Amino acid sequence: MTTRAMPRPAAQPVRSAPDALVLEVGSTTAGRAAGYPLRREGPAKLTGAARYTDDLVFPGAWYGATIRSTEPRARLLRIELDPDADWSGVVVVTAADIPGENLISAIKEDQPVLVPIGGEIRHHAEPVALLAAADRETIRHLRSRIRLVTEPLTPVFDPEASDHVFAAYDISKGDLDAGFSAADVILEGEYRVGHQEQLYIENNAMIAVPAEDGGMTVHGSLQCPYYVHRAMKKALGLTGDQARVIQAETGGGFGGKEEYPSIIALHAALLARKAGRPVRMIYDRHEDLAATTKRHPAIVRHRTGITADGTLVAQDIEVIMDGGAYCTLTPVVLSRGALHAAGPYRCPNVRIRARATRTNTPPNGAFRGFGAPQTEFAMETQVNRLADRLGMSPAEIRRRNAYELNDLTPTGQVLRESVAAQEVLRLAVEASDFERVRQATAASASARSGSGILPPGRRRSGAASAASGIGMALAWHGAGFTGSGEVHLGSVASVEVTGDGRVRVLIGSTEMGQGTSTIFPMMVSGQLGLSADAVEMAPVDTALVPDSGPTVASRTAMVVGGLCIEAARRLRAEVEARNGGRPFAEVYRADAAAHGPTRIDQRFEPYPGISFDDEAYRGDAYPVFGWAACVAAVDVDLDTAEVSVRDVVAVDDVGRVVHPILCEGQVEGGTLQAIGYATIEEIKLDNGRYLNDRLATYLIPTATDAPNMRTILVEAPFSGAPHGAKGVGELPMDVAAPAVIAAIHDAVGVWVTELPATPERILAAMDAGVGAGDTSGTDAAVTSGDARRGAP
Amino acid sequence: MPAEPPLDVPTSLVEAYELLASGPRVPIAGGTDLMVRITGEIGATPQRLMDISRLEDLEGISLETGALVLGARTTYSEIRRSVLCLVHLPAMVEAAATIGAVQIQNRGTIGGNLGNASPAGDMLPVLLASDAEIVVGGSRGERTVPADAFFPAYRQTALAPDELILRIRIPLPQGRQLRFRKVGTRRAQAISKVVMCVAWRSHGAASGWSDVRVAVGSMAPTPVRATATEAALEGQRPTPEVADRASDVLADELHPIDDVRSTAVYRRTVAARILHRILRDAGGW
Ligand SMILES: Cc1cc2nc3c(=O)[nH]c(=O)nc-3n(C[C@H](O)[C@H](O)[C@H](O)COP(=O)(O)OP(=O)(O)OC[C@H]3O[C@@H](n4cnc5c(N)ncnc54)[C@H](O)[C@@H]3O)c2cc1C
Repeated sequence: MTTRAMPRPAAQPVRSAPDALVLEVGSTTAGRAAGYPLRREGPAKLTGAARYTDDLVFPGAWYGATIRSTEPRARLLRIELDPDADWSGVVVVTAADIPGENLISAIKEDQPVLVPIGGEIRHHAEPVALLAAADRETIRHLRSRIRLVTEPLTPVFDPEASDHVFAAYDISKGDLDAGFSAADVILEGEYRVGHQEQLYIENNAMIAVPAEDGGMTVHGSLQCPYYVHRAMKKALGLTGDQARVIQAETGGGFGGKEEYPSIIALHAALLARKAGRPVRMIYDRHEDLAATTKRHPAIVRHRTGITADGTLVAQDIEVIMDGGAYCTLTPVVLSRGALHAAGPYRCPNVRIRARATRTNTPPNGAFRGFGAPQTEFAMETQVNRLADRLGMSPAEIRRRNAYELNDLTPTGQVLRESVAAQEVLRLAVEASDFERVRQATAASASARSGSGILPPGRRRSGAASAASGIGMALAWHGAGFTGSGEVHLGSVASVEVTGDGRVRVLIGSTEMGQGTSTIFPMMVSGQLGLSADAVEMAPVDTALVPDSGPTVASRTAMVVGGLCIEAARRLRAEVEARNGGRPFAEVYRADAAAHGPTRIDQRFEPYPGISFDDEAYRGDAYPVFGWAACVAAVDVDLDTAEVSVRDVVAVDDVGRVVHPILCEGQVEGGTLQAIGYATIEEIKLDNGRYLNDRLATYLIPTATDAPNMRTILVEAPFSGAPHGAKGVGELPMDVAAPAVIAAIHDAVGVWVTELPATPERILAAMDAGVGAGDTSGTDAAVTSGDARRGAP
Repeated sequence: MPAEPPLDVPTSLVEAYELLASGPRVPIAGGTDLMVRITGEIGATPQRLMDISRLEDLEGISLETGALVLGARTTYSEIRRSVLCLVHLPAMVEAAATIGAVQIQNRGTIGGNLGNASPAGDMLPVLLASDAEIVVGGSRGERTVPADAFFPAYRQTALAPDELILRIRIPLPQGRQLRFRKVGTRRAQAISKVVMCVAWRSHGAASGWSDVRVAVGSMAPTPVRATATEAALEGQRPTPEVADRASDVLADELHPIDDVRSTAVYRRTVAARILHRILRDAGGW
């Protein structure tokens, strides 16, 4: 890994991360973290001491289970308990047992906690009743004796055919007609992406513990304690003090534990309330895969005008997302998708029309990238196809159009600072030796073509058994919440010196394996002149920590980190002022003994000069953007169309690197997750039910599938954050998939426009290409006609 | 999860046979298939298990008069480490290396692959192509079942309920070649979309192949031999014309299905293409 610093208005001293560690044989080392703190939760996880939700023991706790619909859409008429079964010693909960509102607190409150009698079941995995018992055997025995009597209704599975719109946005700039008439080439494309599962290692899990005073505490695996807290207040009719949420060790989230834990917490709490004892709601992998949220499937249509010299002049983009059965976070996912749909490129005339609709499939929700990976895959593939059409290098077409300082985005946002698109592109091209490798793959493709480039028919192969290709993509990712999100949230973060002289960070942001509990002590201790070890993290417990906003949108290091740094600065000033200006590190213990605890609560203030009009969709959609380029090299087996992603260069501008190893880890993990999205992660549906609902059928890349990765971190800091950080979690997820698709095209000459690019799809495209006598497959047929139509 | 089924642990074959004769018991070897079924979510939970790990008669790899003999409890890791297997049946070593990953290879056994009788069992095409004989036994004595008669129907075996798989005997005829190929979704822990083993005997470059076997998995309800394709290759040399014809015959001979892992079209096409590749490599053109 290398880090490049970009001097920008807010530039701070250049600091570069240690380079790849070379170990001498037989030597031992503290690892690449030398000089940086080790992951705080690491030792407990490595030794098995870490306590995840299912490891927590509550004497007398019962097990809970969810009775779900098995139909995609129906009216619930009755719930029948088999009269021959023994129902004593268990509790059954239905909608009638809900003390508050039967709604999951969310953007639009359309999702019931449990479907009421007479209500509509809207998807296959919808919770209808709950069951708790002292042992799992009883649950297994009794759950099949609960019968749902329903009247089937006609389901809708096609998001384009659905007339229920969750959200729609229209973003436009310039004059589309004028743009298209200035174009030399007009290219149309339709791109499709399917569901993707977050696949955190730890399944969803919640344990509810009722209190004597009618209150309820839940312990669980979650990203956003205050989302759960709000949901409990609403559905259980509790006050803020009666509802308490405590995060247990959390084994990954990726967005999958953003909104769904609220549902599980309510289910556990309803059972606990009725049973009068703690209830454990621990999903197994099958239930987790079958019922919890996925990445939104999408259809994205592009019509792009470009001049012969490769200048983008018009983009008309339509985005349709499948929200599933309930709204969840769909409006914001769609919004981010739409705002990123035109890619990191300057273009005077743009129209983006986006809508998300309801279908009778399990609800889709948050997943790393949050709508952007879908639309950026479409855009980047469109750009790569444009380069192909113009006979231009994919690097060159990007150099000509990528955003630079002071360019204008489709919402009219002026990119006033921290624009590193050209920089990440240049570094990726250099580090991968892109042009030379591309020439080599082109040469071997034409050599193959001499002996029959493509297999001359589906049942036999050509002389060559494999082909290599290289491809690239460029992406941007808006940092923090979209639009006025942060302003509405008004997050709070606190730093305190406790009465017994300890320094503590109090935030509602969660550690789920990404490093929150490691980087916050670093950021805070730096301000206080302490070592990171001297700073504690308070447990994430809503009775203790403030609402720092959800742990999502790559906002934790940037936004909450910024708040903590400000809080630490104020804390230091206050303590030092009381102690004659002597350094904080020397006096804080004595100060606590003399004056008791000091706590600073820092509330979010709008970033200066940033404003967004949520109604008109104009203005600063994000305070700043992160930038990423990815080059992927693949080998494609010409007999089976199996793709092996061999090498990846990932260049990511994250504003400021807080912890190089953790930051690099985010880039590598996000890249591999995107490679899975591009190549193998697939969910097929049958009558609205996921068929790939077990680990035997939903496959993600294993360690042996991971490519060689070279990560380059770029630092173009953000002036609005005291430390310049822009966040890293989601950025790499946006960019690797289209790079892989471009590399597949470079290898075998076909554009796969639907993710994942399975061997089944690649082989079908190769066959179509052979049939059409054209190595670019269906692409040429689609686009030449359109270009004629669109030409002036 | 239901309570664990009761378990018997015989220490001799005689004892094992008596137990099997006294009532239904499901043998458990490595448990890599059975333990998945024990939750009861996928098919019925076995009611009573019989651990066969103490039965030494089911162990070992040896060479006996022109045949390689593997005990039913031989694990994939043992196969991968076996010099006898490497020398006499490298395709089997290759196949073993594609199964699951290290953990599964340490536990999973060749007898379990047979007993589980999945159409996707990766070792099964190797056994079919190599004319393996499955030696089974019970209180009525031992008998031998040819591999291609071992799978009468989807997920069924030729075993009687009171019989155990004891060992697998693979004849080693002069001049036989085997080639193995697995196509899965990823490089480890993947169930096959198509798996193939091709065997033939050649008696010098000028003469045609004999005893051709083309065995495939994930292409039919059971692992099968593609007999029409074998006939198209029998007596032939692997020329381009022969390869083209054989891959056409193979694609027409089999009727795979669309399922959650792949499509019928892909399976049929790719089976033909990997056969074509094997023939091309063998022909050196
Ligand atoms: C994660 C994972 C990955 C896997 N990957 C693959 C793969 O890539 N390819 C593949 O082919 N398989 C794979 N499998 C399946 C499994 O590992 C193999 O089928 C293995 O060979 C089973 O052997 P075992 O000893 O574990 O069988 P067990 O689970 O012990 O038994 C399987 C069946 O065989 C019967 N049986 C076992 N031994 C005998 C005997 N001696 N006599 C009579 N009946 C017997 C049992 O009663 C049972 O019905 C995978 C499984 C898992 C869990």
